[in-house]
Amino acid sequence: MQERLKQKAIQLLENGTVDRILGWKTGEFFYDLTPAVFTTREQIEKDFVFNVFSGANLSKYLIAESRKGGKIAAFIKPCDSYSFQQLLKEHRIWRDNVFVVGVQCDGMCDAAKLGDGVLSVKEDGENLIVETLYGEKTVAKADALADRCASCKSKKIVIFDELIGEQGEETENDRFGEVARLEAMTPEERYEFWRGELSRCIRCNACRNVCPACSCEKCVFDNANSGVRNKAAADSFEENMFHIIRAFHVTGRCTDCGECSRVCPQNIPLHLLNRKMIKDINELYGEYQAGADMDTKPPLTNYTVDDCEPSIVHERGGL
Amino acid sequence: MKKIAISQLNTLFAAIAARKTLYIPADDGAGSAKFTVWQEGVTLTDKLNTVRSAKDLFFPQVENLVNFKVEGTKIDIVENRDAAEPFVVFGVRACDCASFDILDRVFLSDPVDTFYQTRRENGVVITLACSRPAETCFCGVFGIDAANPAGDITCWMDGESLYWRANTKKGEQLTAALDLADCDGSAVTAQQEATREILKKLPLNSLDLSDFKDQKLLDVFNSPKWAQLSESCLGCGTCTFVCPTCQCYDVQDFDNGREVRRFRCWDSCMYSDFTMMAHGTNRPTQKERFRQRFMHKLVYFPNNNEGIFGCVGCGRCLQKCPIHMNIVKVAKALKEELK
Ligand code: SF4
Ligand code: SF4
Ligand code: SF4
Ligand code: SF4
Ligand code: SF4
Repeated sequence: MQERLKQKAIQLLENGTVDRILGWKTGEFFYDLTPAVFTTREQIEKDFVFNVFSGANLSKYLIAESRKGGKIAAFIKPCDSYSFQQLLKEHRIWRDNVFVVGVQCDGMCDAAKLGDGVLSVKEDGENLIVETLYGEKTVAKADALADRCASCKSKKIVIFDELIGEQGEETENDRFGEVARLEAMTPEERYEFWRGELSRCIRCNACRNVCPACSCEKCVFDNANSGVRNKAAADSFEENMFHIIRAFHVTGRCTDCGECSRVCPQNIPLHLLNRKMIKDINELYGEYQAGADMDTKPPLTNYTVDDCEPSIVHERGGL
Repeated sequence: MKKIAISQLNTLFAAIAARKTLYIPADDGAGSAKFTVWQEGVTLTDKLNTVRSAKDLFFPQVENLVNFKVEGTKIDIVENRDAAEPFVVFGVRACDCASFDILDRVFLSDPVDTFYQTRRENGVVITLACSRPAETCFCGVFGIDAANPAGDITCWMDGESLYWRANTKKGEQLTAALDLADCDGSAVTAQQEATREILKKLPLNSLDLSDFKDQKLLDVFNSPKWAQLSESCLGCGTCTFVCPTCQCYDVQDFDNGREVRRFRCWDSCMYSDFTMMAHGTNRPTQKERFRQRFMHKLVYFPNNNEGIFGCVGCGRCLQKCPIHMNIVKVAKALKEELK
């Protein structure tokens, strides 16, 4: 796969289709890839990598990249393609300046699941041969699969100019299972659960900054003039509110790409907040998947006579 | 040298906690470790290090500085510092312990930061030698010996015993109050030798930073490499918040109409409003913000501090940066420039 991507990148550069390539760059180890822009064959041959650790979603970078003039080619996995299309729908990316190469994805791995002291990793079919400071071992890719990939919603690349590999389908998944478990809790238990999880937050903002749905030029929480700048919260509850507000802000636009949970240094399961919102939208307004197409109207910004009434809160057992 | 059986660890912690608040690294229930107040039931993690460094105990993320109470035309200044209680922190790794030397240079030089100073005076640091470093560790680059950490007391642990050596007066005082058996240092020496063999194999431990020590400030600053290095940085500040040596803070006022609470909180050079001034910001894009973090650690800090770098090689930024950009990659890329 990696070779096919590299060849494609070189071809697109050399035949003048684009002048830049957005992909992933090699690191010190096998797993620490960095999103990067390549402009020459030499750079691509030397540093371009596509492997089971190419998890970083490149779509958000295209907001800035598509405005720089010239044309850029980006390698987009299925889940990234939903983010990309959602950003198009929000008029955030300039489509004409991007050439999308859709890439088949068989699931990405989480380096943290490989154990400690990992020096290098070799892909060997369904396995990873892991060389560590403390000896060599074989780990099945399935065992190292990132959590978000274990409940992948779709292998379909919803927008592309060219495809590498096979087009996929929406998949059977259990991504709302954990949400249902939380819904079954008493309000007190649920409150405790979230207070506990969010108590670890160090407010580094990685979740917000990586999120393709959080694309404001300046976040209200960074703006000294907004009156709600939030470098330090008055108490831990205010800190928790940041996450709830963020979840509301991205409701109907969150594609469930899973980047927020991937980047959180404190392993806070932020995706559960967003999935709760998605599940509620599905139940209250009918199935809706952000980023799946360019035409469907987002339920929260579109009025229909069938929309549920505020009393739905009471009907569902709320106050 | 003293020792105590691992099976007695809980008794040891209880004895320390009976005298002072004790923090130990314990599992956080989400796959990582954090410094936790010891009480019955809290056990030592087997993780190498905590996500948040031991810095937090001396320089917390948020703290009150002072209150101003306004009545008519009268303003009262009200002290509202956190109660400065004495504490012991156990299980600090060599890298984090070395970070205190760096923080001391900042906070204890004139004008002395009395908030930090009080915590340093009140805290007893018990370090724990590493025996199973991670691939991201590179403390050796900074002359830190993971097998022989500093601190008021140094500990080593093997399957059977915890070995204990007091290094300072504070350490000796605490030791005298505890029930520990005497022993020779042979087990410790054996473990140190084994650890040092592993440390030699650490891929990043051979990084040579000597190129940065000379007066190459402008060469580094003006390097064209910064544009590429910073291009995918999210500006999230994760690297600065998990870093044991990052020391920047912001002072802000919370005004409720009758009272102003002045507090400080960690800040990050990666943020757009960092060191905002009346005329705006002097680091308008992420490139300049990103450059600041690494210039500070690799060039400015050593230039002002007898060549000591503002990094202890703990590897946290390598593990936690969402895009895997970090001080090692930056240093390696810039080194080529300096040749
Ligand atoms: S990434 Fe995690 S720790 Fe950072 S602000 Fe988000 S939830 Fe908090
Ligand atoms: S909230 Fe999380 S899952 Fe949703 S779009 Fe943002 S990063 Fe992706
Ligand atoms: S810069 Fe990175 S490796 Fe160095 S002390 Fe900070 S977190 Fe640790
Ligand atoms: S950097 Fe050194 S001292 Fe710190 S945890 Fe790793 S081996 Fe131990
Ligand atoms: S270097 Fe990494 S951790 Fe630091 S601000 Fe940039 S993206 Fe965030």
